[in-house]
Parts: sequence; C-alpha cells; structure tokens
Amino acid sequence: MSMKPQGRPTAPIGTDPVKNGPTHTGNKALQIEEKLIFEIGDFRGTGVDFAQAKGLPPRLGGLARKDEIGLPGLSEPQAMRHYVRLSQKNYAIDMGPFPLGSCTMKHNPRLNEKMARLPGFADIHPLQPVSTVQGALELIDMLALWLKELTGMPAVAMSPKAGAHGELCGMMAIKAALVARGEADTRRRVLAPESSHGTNPATAAQCGFTVDDIPADKTGRVDIKAFKAMLGPDVAAIMVTNPNTGGLFERDIRQMADLVHEAGGYFYCDGANLNAIMGKVKPGDLGIDAMHINLHKTFSTPHGGGGPGAGPTVLSEALAAYAPVPYVVAKGKEFELVEKRSQGAETSFGRMTAFHGQMGMFVRALSFMMSHGIDGLKQAAEDAVLNANYVLTRLKAEMSPAFPGFCMHEALFDDAFLKDSGVETIDFAKAMIDEGYHPMTMYFPLIVHGAMLIEPTESESKEELDQFCDALLALAREAKTGKTDKFKAAPVFAPRRRLDETAAARKPVLRWVSPAQ
Amino acid sequence: MRYLPLNQSDRAKMQDVIGINSIDDLFADVPKNALNPAFDLPRQQSEMAVERALGEMAGKNISGGQGPFFVGAGAYRHHVPATVDHIIQRSEFLTSYTPYQPEIAQGTLQYLFEFQTQVAALTGMDVANASMYDGSTACAEAALMARRVTRKNRVVISGGLHPHYASVTRCNSELIGDKVVLAPANIKGDEDLIAMIDDQTSCVIVQNPDVFGHIRDLTPIAEAAHEKGALLIAVFTEVVSLGALQSPGAMGADIVVGEGQSIGNSLNFGGPYVGLFATRQKYIRHMPGRLCGQTKDADGQRGFVLTLSTREQHIRRDKATSNICTNSGLCALAFSIHMSLLGEKGLRTMATLSHEAACDAADALSALSGVVLLNDNFFNEFTLRLPKNAEQVAEDLAGKGVLGGVPGGRLWPEQEDLHNLLLVAATEMTSTEHIRKFVAALREVL
Amino acid sequence: MTTRYTKDHEWVSLEGDVVSIGITKHAAEQLGDVVFVELPDGGKSFAQGDDMAVVESVKAASDVYAPISGEIIETNQTIVDDPAKVNEDPEGAGWFVKIKISKPEEFEALMDEAAYKDFIA
Repeated sequence: MSMKPQGRPTAPIGTDPVKNGPTHTGNKALQIEEKLIFEIGDFRGTGVDFAQAKGLPPRLGGLARKDEIGLPGLSEPQAMRHYVRLSQKNYAIDMGPFPLGSCTMKHNPRLNEKMARLPGFADIHPLQPVSTVQGALELIDMLALWLKELTGMPAVAMSPKAGAHGELCGMMAIKAALVARGEADTRRRVLAPESSHGTNPATAAQCGFTVDDIPADKTGRVDIKAFKAMLGPDVAAIMVTNPNTGGLFERDIRQMADLVHEAGGYFYCDGANLNAIMGKVKPGDLGIDAMHINLHKTFSTPHGGGGPGAGPTVLSEALAAYAPVPYVVAKGKEFELVEKRSQGAETSFGRMTAFHGQMGMFVRALSFMMSHGIDGLKQAAEDAVLNANYVLTRLKAEMSPAFPGFCMHEALFDDAFLKDSGVETIDFAKAMIDEGYHPMTMYFPLIVHGAMLIEPTESESKEELDQFCDALLALAREAKTGKTDKFKAAPVFAPRRRLDETAAARKPVLRWVSPAQ
Repeated sequence: MRYLPLNQSDRAKMQDVIGINSIDDLFADVPKNALNPAFDLPRQQSEMAVERALGEMAGKNISGGQGPFFVGAGAYRHHVPATVDHIIQRSEFLTSYTPYQPEIAQGTLQYLFEFQTQVAALTGMDVANASMYDGSTACAEAALMARRVTRKNRVVISGGLHPHYASVTRCNSELIGDKVVLAPANIKGDEDLIAMIDDQTSCVIVQNPDVFGHIRDLTPIAEAAHEKGALLIAVFTEVVSLGALQSPGAMGADIVVGEGQSIGNSLNFGGPYVGLFATRQKYIRHMPGRLCGQTKDADGQRGFVLTLSTREQHIRRDKATSNICTNSGLCALAFSIHMSLLGEKGLRTMATLSHEAACDAADALSALSGVVLLNDNFFNEFTLRLPKNAEQVAEDLAGKGVLGGVPGGRLWPEQEDLHNLLLVAATEMTSTEHIRKFVAALREVL
Repeated sequence: MTTRYTKDHEWVSLEGDVVSIGITKHAAEQLGDVVFVELPDGGKSFAQGDDMAVVESVKAASDVYAPISGEIIETNQTIVDDPAKVNEDPEGAGWFVKIKISKPEEFEALMDEAAYKDFIA
C-alpha cells in the first residue's frame, strides 16, 4: 500500500473536560462570552451611513444639546456578532418545550411575521386619512368579529396593549357602569380568588377598588359557599380566571355569575387561559361581563422576550356602551374610525392608549386564526388539554399532583414528592435547565406549596412529551435518592450558574457606568 | 393542520394512557349545554390562501413608501437598518419569554441592561426601566408614580401635551381619585404653567417639543415645581429630538417618559411601540415596570437578573406600583440595536438631517399664499394654519398621493378653532423631491 | 427592660416610656435575605396596628405594623443603608424604630417570650 498521511486524527480522543479546567477565553465552544456594547463600541463611531447635512442654521430656540450623550456606535459586523452571541444565551420555544404554566408558549408561525411586515400594515401611520387605511380597519374589524364569535360576546375593545392593560380596560368599563348607576361610591370591593394572577388585585387597586381574597375549596376551585357569604351591596365585581390558575375548570362558574349579578356586581373573567377552551366553550354562555384575550398567548403572536403583547377585551351588553375610543365601525363596505364622542361614543370611558392598539399583533393573530379556522382552533384546544393530561398522567408515577382528577391545559404539582429530599422546587427547576428544558412555572399559584405548573400547549409532539416526561421522572427519582448536591448546584451547563438576586436587590446596578467616572 | 404535531394515532394512544374514551371526558367540568357550541367561523386555510387574503387587505392601504410622507404627531417614519429586523427575528429573541430563568435568558437580560443604559443616557437621567407599552401609557404611569412619591393628588397637564397622551393620563389618574387640571391647547407655546402649580400638585406634565412643535425650556418649570414639592414629568413623542436638544434631565425633570418608536420600529398603524421611562436614582422603588440589574453568578461571573420585583404585581398584588406585566421587550430590542448602530454620532446626524428637512419644508410650505407657520422654533415637526379645514385638505392631498400631515380636527375633534391647523413632520427620509411634490399638491388643493 | 412579642412577629422592648421595635429572629429567617427596609419619618404618630414600615426580601414584601401606639422618636438608618443587618442581628443591631408610647396598657397585653415561643411552635 502507499502511505498517504492524513495529517490529523479523525476520531475523538477521550479526556476529562472538568480536569482540564476552564478555557483561556472563558468561552465554551459555541457559547461565546460577550461584553456590553459600552465596552466594545467606539463612542465616536457609527454603524449607519447618512448623507451629508447641509449645515443650515439651527432653529432650535437656543436649546441645542451641549453635553455629550455617551452612546457608542458599533459597525454593522460588530453589532451583528454582539446580538447573535447574546441570542445564543437564550432558551426559546423554537429550541424545545417551554412548559411555563399560565404563559401558553406555543409555536409562532413565521407566516404571521411575514404578514405583519407587509408595507400595507407595517408602514402605515395611525393618523393617516381614514380613506387611506381602509384595509387596516377591515382587518381590525375582522379580528374583532372572530373574537366576538369565539367568545360569544357582543362587543370587543381592541386598543388594550397587553393582558394587564385589557384587565384595566374591563375594570374601567365596570367602574364607568357603576358611575352611571350612581353606585361608584358604594360598590368599592372586588373579590378575587387567592389563586388569581397578581395582575388582578393590582388592576383592581389601580381602579380604586379594595380587593378581598376568595378562598379555594379542597379541589382547587372557588369555595362557592365562602364566595356567597362575601357577596353584598358593596361588591363591584368579581375577577375570576377560568380555567383557573391551577389548570381546573370552575364548574360552578354559571352559579357564580348568577350570584354576582343578583348582588348587583359584574363578572370580570381573566382570559389568560382561553387556550384550553377556544372553539369548545363560549365564555359568553357562562355569564361573564368582560374578559381580556392575550393574543400573545392564545393566538401565538410571539412573546418576544416579554412583549409586546395585545389584550383585546370582550364586553357584555351591560358594559359595551363604555368601551374606550378609538374603535372601528363597519358601514356597508366602508370602515369608520370612531375617535370622538360625537360619533356615537358619548358614554365611552375615554382612551387607553395614544392610537388604535397593537396592529402588528392583530395581523399576526388573525393570520393564526385564519390558518387554523374554527376546526383547527378547536383541535388545538383539545390537543393542549390532551397534552397536559398526558403529562399529568405520566408524571404522577413520581411527582405529586396538587389536586385529584383531570386538568385542563396545564398540570399542577406540589412539592410533596420532594419531602425530606432536601431538594426544593427551585432546585428541581434548575436541574431541568441542565437537561435542556426551560423550567415550568414555579411557586405559582400561591395556594399550592412549592407549586410547579406545567403547560405543554398543543405544539408538542408525543415524542417530545415522552422525552420531557422521561427526563422529569428521572430527575424526580434522583431527587428522592438523596442526590441533593447535584440539584443545589444546578444549573452547571447553562451560560450562567445561579445568579445572586439578593445582591442585585440590595445594591441595584441598573445601568452601565463608565469606569472612568 | 400544519401547526399541530399530534396525529390521530398519537391522540388515541395518549387517551389510552390517560384512561379516557373521548376527548370530551377531559371537559367534564364544563356545563353540558355550554360544551361544543356552533360557531359561525370559517374552516382552516392553507398558508397560500391566508397570504392572499391578508395581502389583499394590506393592498387597500396607502403605505408610507408610496409617496411623499409628512405625518407625525406621535409616530414618525425613520429609516431602520436591515440588521435590526434580521436580529429581532432570531428565534432566541422572538420566541423566548420574559426572563424569569436568568441562567438561560442572559441574552434578553443583557440587552435590557444595555437598553436601560441607553435610555438613561439619552434622557439625562440616572435610571430607566425595561420599557412600557408606549409613550402615552408611560405618561399615565408617570403621573401615578408622582402621586406615590409626593403623596399629593393634583395633576397639572400642559396644553402642549399630545391630546391623546392627556386623555390616557386623565383617564388613569381620575380613576384613582386624582384631580386633573388640563391647560387649554396652547398653539403658541407661551402658556403660564407655573401659575397652575400649587401645594397640592403632585406633578406637572410638559411635552418637549410640544405637540405643535415648539421647543420649551423646562428649567423654570422644574424650579417652580420643586419649590412646591411637585415633580416635573417631561414627555417626548419624538425620541430623535434628544439627539439635538438639551436633555430633560439637564433641565431638571424628575421623570422622563416618551415614545421610542422612531428608533428601530415601524409605524405599524399605532402599535406595537416602545414606551421609555426614566427617573432619578432616589425614586427607583416607586417606578413601574420591569427592571434589569447587574449581579454575579455562583462562579463569580457577571450576569443580569430582573430585580426590585417586589414593586411588581406578581409579588405585591394590590399594593404593586402598577399592574403592568408584559412590556415591549422585542420593540425595546429593536430600539437598542438601532441605537447601538447609530451611536451618539449617528443619532446626532439623523437629528440634524430631520431638522434640516423640516426647515426646508416649513419654508417652502409657508411661502404659499394663505399658509402661516406658527412656530418660531421647532425640531422636526411644525404647525401650519391653513385657510380652510385641514381634514379636507389632508384627504385631498392623499388623493394626489401625498400624506401631508395631521389635521387639527383629528387631534382636537371638539375644538373647531383648531381645525384649520396642520401638523407637518419631516425626517431624514424626507427628500427635496418629496417637499417639492407636497408644495405643488398643497397649492392645488387650497 | 422587658421584651414582649406580637402575633405579627415583632418584638417590643420597653425602657421608661420608650419602646424599641424590630422583627423577631423567626420572622427574619422566614423572610430570607432582607434587601430593603423603609422606615417612617421621625415625629410621626401611629395607632396600634397601623402600617409603619416595609421590609422586603427578593421575593416578598411585608408591611410592619405598629405594635403599639405612640410617636416615632428614632429610626435605625443602619438597616436602611445595610439591610443585611436585619438578618444578622434581628433582635439587636437590626432594630427598626423607637417609639414614645402613648398607651402603656397596650404593652402589657402583648405576648411574653414563652407565649411567643408557643405561638410559633
């Protein structure tokens, strides 16, 4: 044979990475450490080329900026690398299951992104003449029709910018209705379950209401007896999430609606968990007066690392007249934008935001709905509930469900299975990170000790769910066998180990400061 | 359905594992007569069909790029580098959640920290939060914060504040029992706000440049407010102006809020946008919204976390500083990327070009007979008084392919004395040719 | 000097007509690392049970109620500057405020050490 040296070894030679210690750069192959823009950029540079200014005399009233701003400009390749490296330190739904209960992290179709970027939607101004944006108004009107029909409600306010903003919209409408009835001063109390989202009491307080907790019964639902006893002529409204934050359907919801209405109050339903029932149940059939819809959850406009969201809020006949301006009205084939009281909005409670709401999110949500159709939405709700119950059933083998029976779209566990192991919910969650998963929602709802709330959504395949359950079952077994140290140390393979939140809160450093200062 | 991975055989197997015969066994808690109602909605469609239907709707609108464009009043058409949209569409940014698990969200947290630093520098303040929904809601939140800081309840609003911002703020403040004093629309930028401040005043809200385009010196207002124990809330609707004008912080503002859309974000028919919110260090625990802070991990490496969360709804519930939960994360990222590319140098150039385009437009338009320029000074937006109703003029201009500004009737529908006004904005995108076409069209329709 | 305790996990030490007030060791342990303390202004008067101060850990914010009626005569700025002191020595250097009491009978009605130990057991 002729000898042709290969020049390099072509099979791996096993060594112990831990023994070799950290790298010289701090980088770990595809994980590159990245400084702040203020540490890499040129404070005199820019990555944007412009035409030359003419040098006209400024007409700034003598108030031209004199001091330096202190912003670095990165060249385009520097900027690209900076953000790509940062991106690689994030977990994302496109990478794997993101089972955050109550957050509905489902697949984000890219068609929706493409549609939202059509110049006819993205490059139009909110104050252009109405005649030049008829297609945009048509889209808002069509989305409104979908939302009204899906929820069985007669009206919808489209302008709220997020879920919490939608809650505010609903509660403002309730307040306006009470003012109209002359009862704003006597009805000051809002009732909300202990298990509610924090936004509920925060919103009620922002509207000047006081908030009382409704206790839960043994099955994790509203204690209807206690609830009945709390009602009275001072109650403005109840705020109830359904399905609730424990992933359970409030079976007595109709009775609750009847009771609050008999007592002269309104029913605000938190629609955060609409994903479980879209196409299966019309909340309007259950007697609610207002409900926000998180387009970024149920209708998959992306979460984007914490927004933007959108929170259109459906309203009952009793509240519709108080809806905020602006809104769209179809007049034959034309669409009118109601911006002023004299256009028939005499009783509107006012304005929630400068313009018409989250148009970019409307396009994405409608694209999602039209793609699914009513049959697809119903199937998605059923798959989301099926997936959650599959996870619940499989994980029961090693983990402890918080409540007996089936769940809706999310499965809630407590930390009883970790008892005496020394491992706490947070340790269990952090160990999931090392296994390649984003943790579930932890320590929420507050009514369950060491809560772990898993919402798989309809986007997970059976194979993906099986892998996920296998991983959690293995971790649960390991926790019980006393491998506490491993859990306490986790995560070890993430871009960062556990971070010191105490230090961050004691001496807040909220911005970069030049070391020269 | 292309978005659903389960097939019938998966579903059957899973039902067996769970021990049910039908999917509706899982919906047993739903009142029987409320389950599976009829819906009057269409069935699923292919990607191609949806694209066609939405494309038709989009095609009915006149978009900014189709001709001369001079519309502003709270949203501005600037050029956004292609890099920005590419980066924000990366899966790891687009499809991640609020960074509750910081070990696997350092990408989001670091850009928020950078964003906060950029906003603080621009506004001349100590600290900024991780963004609000938009400028108008940030303004409303600022008034609520001033109430918490000063424990007073009278809100004074300048007549130069964008009327939509004033409505949003009023709606929120009155809800909680504050008294809102709104100065009349101030065309000339010469109102006496100082006389309106009293001992019960929690804050004075002033926009700069104001909605008519006048540039205001906030220093005397800040001094008068502080003397009475009130806070000065400075508002901007055009963040690019901070590249040319004295910062609100330098003029004594206590809270600075505004719209950040101009940097990195499209017009989007009004949303999503990105609200900017900055204040002094001493007020940080009264701030609404998310805050990102620097810390160290277990190995001593620098890292970032959400911090001071005890202000927020998920912990403080009915005692939270705000009910805000979601912010404008991805829009803040777009802002931050664009600003990182611009740097101070690029921002100043962008501001100068916008200002010069506005100067050219103001001169050319006010040379028309019957058209009066109301401003002695302005940044990139100014107000014209026309000899007739500006809403009709705007429609007629649109008929000639020119989107020529915002008519007074659109912003102050109930105030007929303002209906001949036209607010005109220019940016670095405005060309000499656009101005020439606008002038020609306006001459024809007047 | 006599020390008494409240059901809201505050300790109250009486000397003359002035009490020192803080949160108990048990409360400090339950709270976790204290990151922030907000104290009332000197000279302010409180009725028993009023919200008087705020103490925060990373994950929780708690109101501290006035355990006894009276006027604030001194506040402990050390714990404002360095909240960790509350965890290090809650019943000593980590005191919150001193109050000149207006209703001495309220003090007598509070729990003694043995009763508080039973209460948290």
